[in-house]
Amino acid sequence: MTKFTLASRQYWPTIVLFAILLASWQIAVSFGGIREYLLPSPLAVWNALWFGDTNWAQHVWITTLEIIGAFVLAAVAGIALGVAIAWSPLMANALVPFLVFVNTLPKVAVAPLFLIWMGYGIFPNMLMGALIGFFPVVINTAVGLTQIEPDMLDLGRVFNAPKWKIFVKIRLPNALPYILSALKITATAAVVGAIVGEFVASQRGLGYVIVTTQSSMNTSVAFAALIWISVVGLLLYGAVVLAARLWAPWAEGAE
Amino acid sequence: MNQSLIGLDRVDMTYATASGPVEALAGISLSVGGGEFVSLVGPSGCGKSTLLRIVAGLRPATLGTVMVAGRAVRDPIPDVGMVFQAPNLLRWRTILQNVLLPAELAGKEVGNLRLRAHELLDMAGLHGFADKLPRELSGGMQQRAALCRALLLDPPLLLMDEPFGALDAMTRDDMGLELLRIWGERDLAREARKTVLFVTHSIAEAVFLSDRVVVMTARPGRIAADVTVDLPRPRTVELRASEAFGRLSLLISRTLTGRAHAVL
Repeated sequence: MTKFTLASRQYWPTIVLFAILLASWQIAVSFGGIREYLLPSPLAVWNALWFGDTNWAQHVWITTLEIIGAFVLAAVAGIALGVAIAWSPLMANALVPFLVFVNTLPKVAVAPLFLIWMGYGIFPNMLMGALIGFFPVVINTAVGLTQIEPDMLDLGRVFNAPKWKIFVKIRLPNALPYILSALKITATAAVVGAIVGEFVASQRGLGYVIVTTQSSMNTSVAFAALIWISVVGLLLYGAVVLAARLWAPWAEGAE
Repeated sequence: MNQSLIGLDRVDMTYATASGPVEALAGISLSVGGGEFVSLVGPSGCGKSTLLRIVAGLRPATLGTVMVAGRAVRDPIPDVGMVFQAPNLLRWRTILQNVLLPAELAGKEVGNLRLRAHELLDMAGLHGFADKLPRELSGGMQQRAALCRALLLDPPLLLMDEPFGALDAMTRDDMGLELLRIWGERDLAREARKTVLFVTHSIAEAVFLSDRVVVMTARPGRIAADVTVDLPRPRTVELRASEAFGRLSLLISRTLTGRAHAVL
């Protein structure tokens, strides 16, 4: 049996359910008297996606840039902080309470400050996404680097390996599945952050499109923007899952 | 044999714990000659594993002197192979890469040791498994790979911490025979063999493998008896059924349960 037939066997209930939902939605709007500005029909959303006067290419591009930027920032900062925490108890004592404090802040509340400090642009929105998504990476990196058999570390010491070598050859690969698992959460958080940032201050991007539909009551465009957001989010999430399979195939099912 | 490779003189080990200091080892004096196979047996918590780590230089002794190959041990000693109860293979590396790990950690040229690694794997019955990941091997096979890893740099001293403790009884007996074969019981002169310090809680295993069995008591660990195993080598499966084997096992067993005076 090919992969495709296997997949179609597994997912046909999803596809059927989705088709039924779409059809009943269309029928409800067309014949049920629901007003278009409250709930646009699937056909109206389709038209907004392909035939409207929204410049989707530009908005999708901007938001994608912000999401990827947020993801990369969160990954780099998160791994760096996690390594620092695992490397020295002094760093851990200094950083952990501070990071916990930052994590308990509702990040959305900081967004207006970002506007004051950095003005409009894609960078503050990247930063918002990074702020929401970096914490799990810090924690999982630190845990992955320290959750290791003491015997394994003794093995390194038996051969008089320098600390950095034990780190690179034993600790870091050990942490990789933990880090990749956190990056899946970060991928989702980056999307949230970028959109929230655009809500607060932006002139382009999918979040901006949604905000503008509020005044025009153009809900079909808002739905179309939602679809684009989920497409970008799913692609990023899929890329992380794929990377996990490629780089840490030994950790399958170990999360 | 007069040349002692390991010399412990009145070694004490005390741990600091939350509920006060715990004395793990008290007054351990022990001498192991080059090429000797010595087992440490004792109940759980008698500090036999700690003793092994003190010899390796991984833990400092609280009191007393530790000498290996004529040098006082303060830091991890060079030229030693260690095998633990768990195989502790790196699960992201193939078996071959795992066996080659000591070379990488010690900063040695890996390329030259590739051939030796393959020879060791062949000798351990792991031919054809070099490119497998650890999870694709059984527990016994993983432990053989761990033994290959310990032997890669051809250390004169092998420290083994309950290496077969996690295996089922049959695999365990097989591994014992295999270890003796790899040790060179049949084809090496005594002086050419590696010195082995072997921690176990199985009396039968200790008697079967060793030249000497050092019996330890629990908390704090002290040496209760040092029993010479004068059974002929190479050891065979039949030996386990012999009267001499049974007599030695009983002697050690009685020492462990504190009724040694009856036979000693």
